[in-house]
Amino acid sequence: MTPHVKRVLWVLWIAVVLFGTAGLVQRLIHGHQAAAYGSYVVWGLWVSAYIYFIGLSAGAFLLSSLIYVFGVRQLERIGKLSLFVAVITLFMALLSIWFDLGRMDRFYRVFTHPNFGSMMAWMVWLYTAYFLLLLAEIWLALRPDLARWAGEGGIRGGIGRTLSFSPGPLTEDQENRARQWLKALGTVGIPLAITFHGGVGALFATVSARTYWHTPLVPILFLTGALVSGGGLIAFAVAAFWPHRDQAYRETVFYLGRVLLLLLAFDLLLEWAEFSIPMWYGIGHDFDLLKRVLFGEFWWVFWLIHIGMGSVLPAALLLTRQKQPWSVGLAGLLIAVSFMAVRLNIVIPGLIEPNLQNLQTAFVDRRLLFRYVPSLFEWQLTLFVVALGVAAFYLGYRYLPLTEKGRAS
Amino acid sequence: MEAKEERPDVQEAPVAGSEIPRRDFIRVAALAAGGTALVAGGAVVLSSSPEDPTGPGTVRLIPDTPSVPKGEGADLLIRMQEELRLAMAKPVEQRHWMMVIDTRKCVGCSACTVACIAENKLPPGVVYRPVVQQEMGAFPNVQLRFFPRPCMQCDEPPCVPVCPVEATWKRPDGVVAIDYDECIGCGYCITACPYNARTRDLGDNYSDGTPALQPYEQQPNHEYGKSWSRQDHSSPVGNARKCHFCLHRLEVGQLPQCVTTCIGRATYFGDGNNPESLVSRLSVKPNALRLLEEKGTKPRVVYLI
Repeated sequence: MTPHVKRVLWVLWIAVVLFGTAGLVQRLIHGHQAAAYGSYVVWGLWVSAYIYFIGLSAGAFLLSSLIYVFGVRQLERIGKLSLFVAVITLFMALLSIWFDLGRMDRFYRVFTHPNFGSMMAWMVWLYTAYFLLLLAEIWLALRPDLARWAGEGGIRGGIGRTLSFSPGPLTEDQENRARQWLKALGTVGIPLAITFHGGVGALFATVSARTYWHTPLVPILFLTGALVSGGGLIAFAVAAFWPHRDQAYRETVFYLGRVLLLLLAFDLLLEWAEFSIPMWYGIGHDFDLLKRVLFGEFWWVFWLIHIGMGSVLPAALLLTRQKQPWSVGLAGLLIAVSFMAVRLNIVIPGLIEPNLQNLQTAFVDRRLLFRYVPSLFEWQLTLFVVALGVAAFYLGYRYLPLTEKGRAS
Repeated sequence: MEAKEERPDVQEAPVAGSEIPRRDFIRVAALAAGGTALVAGGAVVLSSSPEDPTGPGTVRLIPDTPSVPKGEGADLLIRMQEELRLAMAKPVEQRHWMMVIDTRKCVGCSACTVACIAENKLPPGVVYRPVVQQEMGAFPNVQLRFFPRPCMQCDEPPCVPVCPVEATWKRPDGVVAIDYDECIGCGYCITACPYNARTRDLGDNYSDGTPALQPYEQQPNHEYGKSWSRQDHSSPVGNARKCHFCLHRLEVGQLPQCVTTCIGRATYFGDGNNPESLVSRLSVKPNALRLLEEKGTKPRVVYLI
């Protein structure tokens, strides 16, 4: 990266942080007043961002378990990076949903007064377990390298000693044990990640009042969506940030591209089912709502961002330029970024049609609308979360042994 | 930096070094497991379903008004008032509140909506009883129909089981209540109500943007028999809010504000457990229906059409 590009990125990042911090201050002082959601469209950008980030996390994690549990050799080198991305995106998700809470000060009550009949309580408990598991896994995965650093001086040595709990390099035996533990935790992690992210989908799917969400396929779509978006992000991260551009790198990226294409195709198949079945005969309430999603005011969110930018273009890249790492990386980035459109198209359409006709005109108030466009303030906070995530990734990339950067090989 | 220079001496004990991390690891694992168990155990102990008081302590002896004629021909409000007095003389679990709304008498004036806002001091974006207007037919054969929509106080309320913190529940008298001190404001219950009867208090005020908040927005409301001030972002700001059949008024022998205010005598309220009550009689008429019955929520609000 040239110094000039680097400077531009720094300026951009600082600008986003300042812009986002202004939003954060407003959120903390004035609460939800500048937000555009209300009493009918009760969830908006932040909830969409939450399921988006948490999907990235679950996807990145499930990909990492391919390595630690099933020993997929082509991906062996990206395990730590995947785990780290999973930790960061989970943190971004939790921050996003915390901003959305009406009473931010009471989030802990889900732990102290849980109602285990509620899918939301299950979800919170499961992602807490997932968070602890992620921390344990990433520590185990990084520990051998961190322990190798422990004997060195400078920042690296300090980080190594602080985080590895070891005065020096681990013995062969210790490294083997860590690998066994990683495999065990990864094995526990797969059902946990499936349950917890399927649970996020079920949080929506179990709400019978919203027919748009209330389909058995929704939790499955959450899982495939997580895999394809998380996989896209990892493909991009590996293609763009891997230090050694050798043959092994090219093979890893090629393999990721294949996996990504398969996941994308499967996700689109399920999506086809979700739309085509209720719409086929062109009659009824569900048809009207889905028509609004596809051809209504925000048609471009589906067609241009999700289908065009997030499906057709990446598929073309993955089919025609699959051997080139830049192509796989770009396809991954396009899928990962545009998946936010899918998340918005899950949350918001579920809330824009009242079951009681004409309720929208019964009482006129800006909070009592069945229409929603995120306000600038909401974008501010989401950008703040993104800026924090980027910073955390950068710090990890720079100061943790996530890639094979600097390792004598 | 100097501190780091001192570290190499610990490497002089490689035998101990190979043992300590393992012990550390076991300790960390034990701590994590113990911590999780503690949190889980604590949560089970702390978590208990909300229980409303029942029995003789919930009886309210509302004074009679012997000078007011209550027999045949008396105003319906007088009849409902008397039935309310009788219901309150029973323990709470023996009452079952319900509402009947006669759409043929409703003129769509929205007086009930406004009275409810005044009674409960509702901020912008929060409304408990909007009046839904339906236009039927085509010119020249057209007709308007009005559906005031309070909370249905469903016997199978879909909003209750979704709450992650048990902040909302069905009371023994049938009213679905919210504890503003428990609610975390996640909005899940709002999505779960098929009637959109729950709204979100996002902290707005009608006099936002003016030099000062008006006194009517600073006064506390008395929902659920407590004093709730929205000053300084206190609850119910941030919470889900809904119609509660004016429980605080019932406790002192007053009918819900929407019933008292209705200029067309179109809203009836009373105890569904009293077979002689007005609501019990009206709710079985052939022209009675409940909204979105196919949702299986078993609403306690009945419409006459």
